[in-house]
Amino acid sequence: MQKYSGFGLFKHALSHHENWQRVWRNPTPKKQYDVIIVGGGGHGLATAYYLAKEHGITNVAVLEKGYLGGGNTARNTTIVRSNYLWDEAAHLYEHAMKLWEGLSQDLNYNVMFSQRGVLNLGHTLQDMRDIERRVNANRLNGIDGEVLDAKQVQEIVPMMDCSENARFPVMGASWQPRGGVARHDAVAWGYARAADALGVDLIQQCEVVDFVMEDGAAVGVRTRQHGTIGAGRIGCVTAGNSGVMAKLAGFELPLESHPLQALVSEPIKPILDTVVMSNHVHGYVSQSDKGDLVIGAGIDGYLGYGQRGSYSTIEHTVQAIVEMFPVFSRVRMNRQWGGIVDTCPDACPIISATPVENLFFNCGWGTGGFKATPGSGNVFAATLAKGEAHPLAKPFSMFRFHDGSLIDEHGAAGVAH
Amino acid sequence: MTQQNRLQSGGRIQRNKALSFSYNGKTFKGFEGDTLASAMLANGIDVVGRSFKYSRPRGIVAAGPEEPNAVLQLGATEATQVPNVRATQQELFDGLVSNATNGWPNADMDLMGYVGKMGGRMMPPGFYYKTFMYPQSLWDTYESFIRKAAGLGRSPLENDPDTYDHLNQHADVMIVGAGPAGLSAALQAARSGARVLIADEQSEFGGSLLHSNEQIDGKPAAQWVAETVAELSSFNNVIMLPRSTVNGYHDHNFLTIHQRCTDHISDRAPEGQVRQRLHRVRAKWVVLASGAHERPLVFGHNDVPGVMVASAVSIYVNRYAVAPGKELVLMTTNDGAYQTALDWANAGRKVIAIVDTRANPQGELIEKARTAGLKVITGSAVIDVQGSKRVTGVSVAPIDADGGRVTGSIDRLSCDTVASSGGWSPVIHLSCHTGSRPVWNDDVIGFLPGETVQRQLTAGSINGEFNLKGCLEQGTRMGAQAAVNAGFEANVDAPAATAAVIAQGPAMALFHIPHNKPTSRAPKQFVDFQNDVTAAGIELATREGFESIEHVKRYTAMGFGTDQGKLGNINGMAIAAKSLNKTIPETGTTIFRPNYTPITFGAIAGRHCGELFDPKRYSSMHKWHVENGAKFEDVGQWKRPWYFPQAGESMQDALNRECLATRESVGILDASTLGKIDIQGKDCREFLARVYTNAWAKLPVGKCRYGLMCGEDGMVFDDGVTSCLGENHFLMTTTTGGAARVLTWLELYHQTEWPELEVYFNTVTDQWSTLTVSGPNSRKLLAELTDDIDLDRDNFKFMDWREGTMAGVPARVFRISFTGELSYEINVQANYGLHVWEKLFEAGAKYNLTPYGTETMHILRAEKGFIIAGQDTDGSVHPYDLGMGWCVAQKKPFSYIGKRGMAREDCVRDNRKQLVGLKTKDPQAVIPEGAQAVKDPNQPIPMTMLGHVTSSYYSAFLGHSVAMGFVRDGLSRMGETVYYPLADGSVIEAEICSPIFLDPKGERQNV
Amino acid sequence: MFDIYCPHCQEHREEEEFHASGEAHIARPLDPDNCTDKEWAEYIYFRKNPRGIHHELWVHAAGCRKFFNITRDTQTYEIKETYKVGQQPTVTE
Repeated sequence: MQKYSGFGLFKHALSHHENWQRVWRNPTPKKQYDVIIVGGGGHGLATAYYLAKEHGITNVAVLEKGYLGGGNTARNTTIVRSNYLWDEAAHLYEHAMKLWEGLSQDLNYNVMFSQRGVLNLGHTLQDMRDIERRVNANRLNGIDGEVLDAKQVQEIVPMMDCSENARFPVMGASWQPRGGVARHDAVAWGYARAADALGVDLIQQCEVVDFVMEDGAAVGVRTRQHGTIGAGRIGCVTAGNSGVMAKLAGFELPLESHPLQALVSEPIKPILDTVVMSNHVHGYVSQSDKGDLVIGAGIDGYLGYGQRGSYSTIEHTVQAIVEMFPVFSRVRMNRQWGGIVDTCPDACPIISATPVENLFFNCGWGTGGFKATPGSGNVFAATLAKGEAHPLAKPFSMFRFHDGSLIDEHGAAGVAH
Repeated sequence: MTQQNRLQSGGRIQRNKALSFSYNGKTFKGFEGDTLASAMLANGIDVVGRSFKYSRPRGIVAAGPEEPNAVLQLGATEATQVPNVRATQQELFDGLVSNATNGWPNADMDLMGYVGKMGGRMMPPGFYYKTFMYPQSLWDTYESFIRKAAGLGRSPLENDPDTYDHLNQHADVMIVGAGPAGLSAALQAARSGARVLIADEQSEFGGSLLHSNEQIDGKPAAQWVAETVAELSSFNNVIMLPRSTVNGYHDHNFLTIHQRCTDHISDRAPEGQVRQRLHRVRAKWVVLASGAHERPLVFGHNDVPGVMVASAVSIYVNRYAVAPGKELVLMTTNDGAYQTALDWANAGRKVIAIVDTRANPQGELIEKARTAGLKVITGSAVIDVQGSKRVTGVSVAPIDADGGRVTGSIDRLSCDTVASSGGWSPVIHLSCHTGSRPVWNDDVIGFLPGETVQRQLTAGSINGEFNLKGCLEQGTRMGAQAAVNAGFEANVDAPAATAAVIAQGPAMALFHIPHNKPTSRAPKQFVDFQNDVTAAGIELATREGFESIEHVKRYTAMGFGTDQGKLGNINGMAIAAKSLNKTIPETGTTIFRPNYTPITFGAIAGRHCGELFDPKRYSSMHKWHVENGAKFEDVGQWKRPWYFPQAGESMQDALNRECLATRESVGILDASTLGKIDIQGKDCREFLARVYTNAWAKLPVGKCRYGLMCGEDGMVFDDGVTSCLGENHFLMTTTTGGAARVLTWLELYHQTEWPELEVYFNTVTDQWSTLTVSGPNSRKLLAELTDDIDLDRDNFKFMDWREGTMAGVPARVFRISFTGELSYEINVQANYGLHVWEKLFEAGAKYNLTPYGTETMHILRAEKGFIIAGQDTDGSVHPYDLGMGWCVAQKKPFSYIGKRGMAREDCVRDNRKQLVGLKTKDPQAVIPEGAQAVKDPNQPIPMTMLGHVTSSYYSAFLGHSVAMGFVRDGLSRMGETVYYPLADGSVIEAEICSPIFLDPKGERQNV
Repeated sequence: MFDIYCPHCQEHREEEEFHASGEAHIARPLDPDNCTDKEWAEYIYFRKNPRGIHHELWVHAAGCRKFFNITRDTQTYEIKETYKVGQQPTVTE
């Protein structure tokens, strides 16, 4: 792999950038792989990378029906944090956070992970109780965080209305300084480039239309473009399509796929230096390095695979943002878009074996997928390599819904991502 | 200042209405009817900004929403600042204040430009992914510099003084665009009697006809426009919205229109007017007549000020009477753009040459140009431009037949203006908003609207129909068709207005002009001006393996600007396709999403901010609470009194006083916000038995009972007291926050699972005021207000209710207790609530009747170990976890909701977290709510947590703290010690105990 | 934003008046106590979640408060029909 650096950039500038290597190959799929990853989003690519890097399994293909990183990786609001409530979720997201912290160097690709801090606002006494509870749990789990009062919040976000006059005045917040944002596309590309360099075949425009079964075990996939491809193990990481893939394999998942919308303003000069999220007022916002205010909306209540939701959801979100930041009233919204989130009843993911032998699913991240990317890929790779759940993945079995051992993160996941 | 580029005559400007405006602190003049852009051009302002990445000087290139460069900061005062206003769409008004958004010290004299010049080569697409990584610790520093360079304009720092409206519209036929096609469509639809809504982004209707030299029905086009608009105005079934951009096309024919009501008058709306209005339209049928945007060509240094889109030059000349230069070179791939050269010559300015990329162009306009003596250079292209802050000349070279390569020697021509045309791209954005995929058309050399499930028709140049006659015909037909589809009578074959057809030869599909050097070494050839995306950048992206058009877009940032790639996207796709040896349809297009052009957040929010963000709910006694100094707590939408501090009291002082008064004499709580659901029908008893965990079959009339509600998963989600009002009549109470959810849930089960049960639910929360009188003196107090309710302890027992009058008004009185004291909840019709409240205070003075709020209520119930659903539950605990197994019936015949759920394997295992009381070792220490329990306070992090504190208070009555919380296996660990390590490093030690701290036998409430 | 025909009110109203309530035609098991944990989980958690035709339960929350069913394409968002609880859909694919 051609190493990226400032010096390399200078060298290439001298030759008019004519000699840059391809970021990844465009291979023809082999007949058989040790592991096939279905889905070339951030999680799938990270899984492939860690399979190769940490488990020495390089005979791996990632099959992507569209283009790499083209699903929710390409259409989220890029927030990264690990301040989840329950131990199981907090450990998983913190595992991801630690990987985020060295990711640019690990991948030799600048994913622009910017630890500008995340505020989760509280507007009611119960909000503040929940914040206290979560921050205390985080602290004892070794995750950074503190509880701020309204005055401290105002100091961090001078442009926000923290006055008593607001409809729901800010009472305080949880503050995770290590949280922040990252450049979403770069995460997919960085993992793809690094996985490719370790020998992983990234096959784009390759849609899996069925699983090949033998004696109740999955032994390969049928693809629309490249026929049948065999595999020792198959990992399905197809956010936004998990239910459809499960149906192909003959089982149902405890999932519903909903539209989740987001929007950006026109780029403006830096005015917001952190991530502000409010479950109660129902909106969240950060400002990208390009200057856009990146704003997330709530989930639409109906099933939807159209990568779009209802205008009323956008409207409510913008109302929330203007309510929190009256100074943004004259700023303009540039673009909106939607993703498809697979949501579990407990707002936690599924990283799991399935009723089909050799077939594993990583899905159901709801609104929490992007921030978990490195951790999700890392534990799923270990799960695929060993054929049994990584310790951090164990609580996230799909069978937890059978015995009732749910990990209810609605409070922490809520609208805020 | 003189308007040196203003033509002596012509245009639609009002020369008798001069306006002055400022740009970068200098004052200039323009006329009414100008846009800010046309006025700037009239004044010879060449540089309107600096580019984002390379800080290159940029000028105005277009005349409409596709303008990428002239993006300015507007506003005379801090509060009325508007960032990123496109000068081409901003009408000029007197006193307008504008500034360039980038450049230091200013856009014209920008020092960053030198950095851009020197560093430009170091900034290919994606350069930031390849660098700034080492050392890791410096990233924050790198990033702070990157951020400083970001953004265009700036947000105001003061609150918006203006207001914004929403207007819901229902249209039979909604027409987008009021050019020749849209106006024709509107006319037909209007005549059918259909309710017609027609919107256009420009200040006046007419679209391209406002700068056209063509004739319609033998009259000048502008006259036809005036007559058509006049006729449309005569219909009362037509709403016409100029200055109104249809920004989003959503499912089921829902469209949003952003109307700028006063932006053409001032940067602040005049008193009493709204600045902008957001129309929310539900249309039966939609006719998209949104037109087309001309594509510039991509060639070396095509971003030097003075390089413009051909049709924009015509618009400035014909509509605004501004010739943005003296000497023009026009480059075109098609006949249509010859009109620009003709317009330029007609304005008395010099056409240096028309450079046609085609070897042998034939057509009426070409003949006209030749006849007019204009020089036409065929089979050639402008391969690059000279000049930095203004064009000084161009290099022209012959190219081969498919435009792939320069084939001969280069000529230099002097000029100050370059116009280019690569053909027209239909404005298909709206048709794509609902997921329809556009389709490439080789004849049109552009994408056309694809198949859609919306009730949508298209007319005019959106369909690639670039002839006026065809646009009029399509508009006429589609307007009638839309009316017919919407159920009205109209003739779809009605004759359209007529216009001459100008015979045109075939256009050439050329996007990227070759240079004698390879693209990577040629002068920068810009594709997307706002994001500084070049042809070389796109080729580099594809060479690096970014082969999907979405990858190219994301890697180069093409189309991510505020113009959303209206000028550049097709060119970029074509360059990417060529570089990948694919066709444009094979490479595909990126998807258009709302908004078509940016919309003010304030307009989207409308009035739903501040006071109207979410309704506030007040009880009938709210006025009294305010007058008596209550502090309020938000609970759902309600404003509930939190506590009633008296002069000089701290919160804790007030709580202590309120608690003691209630325990020792009598206190009163406004409990009106509790959800109240009236349940009637012969099966309501059976229904209650199915939705509550405990038994209801035998509750007699006149009795009340507490109940727990669980979900199908067995987890507690609400609770409350339900009273039997009659054999077939119950009143259910719920938590304040859960009222709506519980009602919906009851309806869900009744309507979908058990419709055979005869039962009816009605919310009566707002109909009744609830006054909770609690304390040893409550009976005596009530006795003074009633003469028909027997309050005798044996006749009106705990958990009984009685009907009668209270302070002279009809009342239901429930003897129930959430404080553990002798307690009555008085329900009266809400409009009598305040009256009874005041009467209670009149009579209660001698008992020191003390109002208390939610906080004292919480303390009093916590002393008794009563839970609050939502505070002591979190959706993950079942009744046994709460130690409330007593409230779960085992023998009910029907498997009520929650029963099966709480029997699941994980719910019956050992070692679950259970709710217990917590007695602190230091009686004065109050554990913070949310603190986490550990067994061993010295365990290193990560520590093993046992559960958290849900409720914790200082009890003035008991003289020590009281707390409840979850502890793993807590119910069988009574007497054990747990530790609460706090954020400040201190640790609170507590003993696990019963949560009932006061009167475990319940004697106080039974007196 | 959907334009929804309420079969009870018998008119089209804006989506804002309604709430989606998940998959339709999920009957509560008649004998919950004899369901296995797995069967119970399938009833409360596991869903078809199709890409395409979906029969779903909605409630006219800010209208008549009645629940009813919609047949809708989850890809194009077209509403094919609405019908009352207790009735069967006519559009199934």
